[in-house]
Amino acid sequence: MTLTESSAPVTTTAPLLDFHDVEMTFPDGTVALRGVDLSVSRGEFVSVVGPSGCGKSTLLRIASGLESASAGTAQLRTDRIGYVFQDATLLPWRSVEANVELLAELGGVPRAERRAKAATAIDLVGLKGFESHLPKQLSGGMRMRTSLARSLTLDPELFLFDEPFGALDEITRERLNDELLRLFVQQRFAGLFITHSVSEAVYLSTKVVVMSGRPGSIVTTFDVPFPMPRDPDIRFTPEFADLVGQVSHSLREGHN
Amino acid sequence: MADIADSTGIATQAGSAEASRRGGRETRIRRSSRSLQWWQPLAVFVVLIGLWYGAAAYYASQQLAFLVPYPHLVLTSMFADPLFTPQLLVDLGNSAVVALTGLSLAIVIGVAWAVLMSQAKWVERSLYPYAVILQCIPILALVPLIGALFGYEFLSRVIVTVMISIFPMVSNTLFGLQSADRGQRELFQLQGAGRWTRLTKLQFPAALPSIFVGLRTAAGLSVIGAIVGDQFFQRGTPGLGVLIQVSTSRLNGPGTFAAIITASLLGVVVFLLFGLLGKLAVGKWYDFG
Repeated sequence: MTLTESSAPVTTTAPLLDFHDVEMTFPDGTVALRGVDLSVSRGEFVSVVGPSGCGKSTLLRIASGLESASAGTAQLRTDRIGYVFQDATLLPWRSVEANVELLAELGGVPRAERRAKAATAIDLVGLKGFESHLPKQLSGGMRMRTSLARSLTLDPELFLFDEPFGALDEITRERLNDELLRLFVQQRFAGLFITHSVSEAVYLSTKVVVMSGRPGSIVTTFDVPFPMPRDPDIRFTPEFADLVGQVSHSLREGHN
Repeated sequence: MADIADSTGIATQAGSAEASRRGGRETRIRRSSRSLQWWQPLAVFVVLIGLWYGAAAYYASQQLAFLVPYPHLVLTSMFADPLFTPQLLVDLGNSAVVALTGLSLAIVIGVAWAVLMSQAKWVERSLYPYAVILQCIPILALVPLIGALFGYEFLSRVIVTVMISIFPMVSNTLFGLQSADRGQRELFQLQGAGRWTRLTKLQFPAALPSIFVGLRTAAGLSVIGAIVGDQFFQRGTPGLGVLIQVSTSRLNGPGTFAAIITASLLGVVVFLLFGLLGKLAVGKWYDFG
């Protein structure tokens, strides 16, 4: 059983997420975003890097509908949206399995069906055997996997990630990067990934967007040429290092 | 256990299994040192009883034995005095009924009050001050009014009990209902969950640990409420509060002490009982001390 209708790459006509000239001004007058044009299609994995406070997260909150833009248009062409928060945001009184079932439960999916969905998702993130564990019995990485599995039960077409691995140590982070790439290759969702790690952005993405400091706007967009599925060792090639260098350079310029 | 799994920081299954094994050992060590600590209060207890005997002997020599009776006489009054023990048990029952009735009402009203306040900031702003005011009113000042309005029997004793024990229920429940973090709330919001779903599946379960903390405190206070209520509203079937007064006025030292100790034990038992209940309810996922 797969979580999507088709695991083959899909050629899309219209992007699933389309930002046009999006601006965000908070009630206190802070301009968080200005003139942002951004689109994400199925089969695209777009990472956004930028200095802290540049409105990266605001971008994601607008995309998810948690907030609405003060000007411009933010168009969504799917209602199957997965959202992975900075923290795992698990409910501590629920087992791994019950946590993974939560979203389907809130969506009114019948018990048997959400059981099956949860089992598949738990299997996909490599947590088989931990179904009845409570969050406090898990490591940080395993909690994040549970959080990923929870979103996977929605069969998301558009997957939004808000610095999900920022709090994890290097080894766990790299491992989860690989897992995420595997899921992406398998499911071909549209991904929008916020991070402040340039190498993580380059490694995961088909496209890297660099944002400037407040008010956040897009400075440069880099296409990442490396093919999917990605060899983990690609991180040690000169081409990879070169691209990371370019992105970092652009990031520094945008900051000044 | 969580901290240990975190500090190893490795997400592999083997790593975490190892961590939980180590976690298990850690808890066992902590538990055995906790059982050692039982000796310390016990030693204090023995010393206190010794001092008590000393004091009792002194007052007996001054012909004032009723002020500090010998401990064994108090024990006799509590368990084996055919003229006193049956009355003590009846009064204990009466006080327990008042305390538990008052506590139940405090729980229902307190939780409902807090749930109402958790639904909107303006409701909270409008209603919370009254919880604080209720907490601040000197019960003594209200006694004549309560008596005149509701009589000097069971009902008034229960009202005093509710007034004394409700505040921790309101404040702890409210705090608990608001303890779900922003990410968790947004998770529910993204799925289009309504107020009721959010309350039953997120806020209420998240509030359980602090509700039980409040419950434990309120349970202790409800016993105080029942005893205090007795002092002012003595008609009908009063409890230990009246027994304490009557025993004192009859210079029945052992009886006075027996009633006081029984009232204290009722408080301790109720406190422990609700602590245990809390542990059973949320101990699996929350370190309920």
